[in-house]
Amino acid sequence: MAELAQSTPPLNNPPVMEQHDDKVISPWKDAWRSFKKNKLAMVGLGIVVFFILIAIFAPLLAPYGFSEQKLADKHLSPSGEHWFGTDEFGRDIFSRVLYGARISLWVGFVSVAGSVIVGSALGIVAGYYGKIVDGIISRIFDILLAFPSILLAIAVVSVLGPSLRNALIAIAIINVPIFGRLVRSRVLSVKEEEYITAAKAIGMKDSRILIHHVLPNSMAPIIVQGTLAIATAIIEAAALGFLGLGAQPPTPEWGKMLADSRDFIIQAPWTVIFPGLAIMLTVLGFNLMGDGLRDALDPRMKS
Amino acid sequence: MFSYTMRRVGLLIPVLLGMTFIVFMMIRAIPGNPAQLILGQQASKDAIETLTKQLGLDQPWYTQFVHYLGGLFQGDLGMSLKTRSPISDEIWPYLAATIELSLVAILIAVIVGVNAGIISAWFQNSWFDYAVMLIALIGVSMPIFWLGLMEQYFVSIKWDLLPTTGRDNIRMPVEAITHLYLIDTLMEGRFDQFIEVVKHLILPGIALGTIPMAIIARMTRSSMLEVMRSDYIRTARAKGLKMFWVVYKHSLKNAMIPVVTVIGLQTGLLLGGAILTETIFGWPGIGTYIYDAIQSRDYPVIQSGILVVATLFVLINLFVDILYAAIDPRIKY
Repeated sequence: MAELAQSTPPLNNPPVMEQHDDKVISPWKDAWRSFKKNKLAMVGLGIVVFFILIAIFAPLLAPYGFSEQKLADKHLSPSGEHWFGTDEFGRDIFSRVLYGARISLWVGFVSVAGSVIVGSALGIVAGYYGKIVDGIISRIFDILLAFPSILLAIAVVSVLGPSLRNALIAIAIINVPIFGRLVRSRVLSVKEEEYITAAKAIGMKDSRILIHHVLPNSMAPIIVQGTLAIATAIIEAAALGFLGLGAQPPTPEWGKMLADSRDFIIQAPWTVIFPGLAIMLTVLGFNLMGDGLRDALDPRMKS
Repeated sequence: MFSYTMRRVGLLIPVLLGMTFIVFMMIRAIPGNPAQLILGQQASKDAIETLTKQLGLDQPWYTQFVHYLGGLFQGDLGMSLKTRSPISDEIWPYLAATIELSLVAILIAVIVGVNAGIISAWFQNSWFDYAVMLIALIGVSMPIFWLGLMEQYFVSIKWDLLPTTGRDNIRMPVEAITHLYLIDTLMEGRFDQFIEVVKHLILPGIALGTIPMAIIARMTRSSMLEVMRSDYIRTARAKGLKMFWVVYKHSLKNAMIPVVTVIGLQTGLLLGGAILTETIFGWPGIGTYIYDAIQSRDYPVIQSGILVVATLFVLINLFVDILYAAIDPRIKY
């Protein structure tokens, strides 16, 4: 788990049961072992780490600023000076794609973190207390899931107004019921375990039981679903950006870059090719990693 | 079966009500005065007041909601602020365009996806299997708006094979009857137009169909692999039945059950993807309708557009659930 935590910041939630004797193989170490054996999963991890590094070191790696304009150099094709060419304002696309990684990863991680926190809280409350509370919360989840997700995001943004922050909020909202339902079903099954009865018998408080027993038991599926949700969140953010409902200029958001350049696709196809490739690769990385995590962490979810 | 259907329909009512409520609240959740926002800063006081009245914003929200629901039951979807005509009158052509595109996309996805999955499972670990799985992996990670742009660039602009945008050739426009152009052109016996419509459908159909295609291929493959390990398949092979029939007849029947669910789910999800595909291909569907409404702050159209699509989505999911129970007699509800 130590290595896993180092190489993948998204998994940086220290599991509660990590302090084991070295000779005992904890479930997390075991999972990491089987994850390592999965080649596709490791490729995914590699891609994700690659983009995280790009996002962190963008200012050092980028040869130009992301909004540095040079109208004389507009629509230059890819060359040694401009690896990915330039756009209609003579901005360096390579630099903009690098900075774009910051935005997409930021939206992906933060929105999913938000959905996980809110979703888990609601799911725990619904699952643990049951009855009316469960009924209300579950119905709200049903209703939110009844919308096609991008449509709900569009609705939220058209109320809040188009901006990157609001797109992030919208994406967080549409993912809440996914985590809520997941945690709720885990709580329902954990609740019946004998050690919970034992914990209750020795007079443990509800809140302590929830935090020390129920939550750690929901960690694995949350991590799996969370990784896959980051992939979707990145696509959705790009889609909102593409529709003009997300990041606003001159923010180098990948989806927005596509939308701004599509009118020039005939003269300068590179303006459209590279941001799209970046989206696809990042999403592919998270999807591969999520699939691998599912196989490693949660044998029950294996098909 | 009947009681199961009725129970599922019963569960739907609170969901539909909740959805309607969220859509209804949309316009009320806008910070500040919605009427002011819609009309812009220079709007006169009178205009704002008239619009506030027209939108019913001057009444308490529960009265408004009851009024709104009552309207919906009578098929009243509100008035478009831009065209000043009832939305229920102008929505069908857009909806028809989206339905046509979605059906074509799911058709492409099912035909290609199911067969690719079957052959992958049949020749497991062959180069074909690896190729299909690789393409499927990339397919599920594909931003459809980018795929659409790439199709336009390579297929339409560079190689000039298919049209870039629209539903029909503007030099010989289709005369709409049902607004499902494939049917309209056939009804009029215009095969030249029919070919044009098909040509216009291919690129957006593929763009929209790619993600479901990838998911269906993966699902079919894993489901087929599981079924092909079972005893009755071994029996079929032992009695000397040709592999083709073992795969396409004996295995497929059982393997299709989970695949049908996935197909249904994906059909619903297509509606979301359709919005993006339509904006790229200039497809005059409900996505374009909503997108244009967002640009011109035509909130009633945004609301009703979202409500119509979401309702369709819910109904498709209901249909899939019932179909699932119907095709698998082993499942008892």
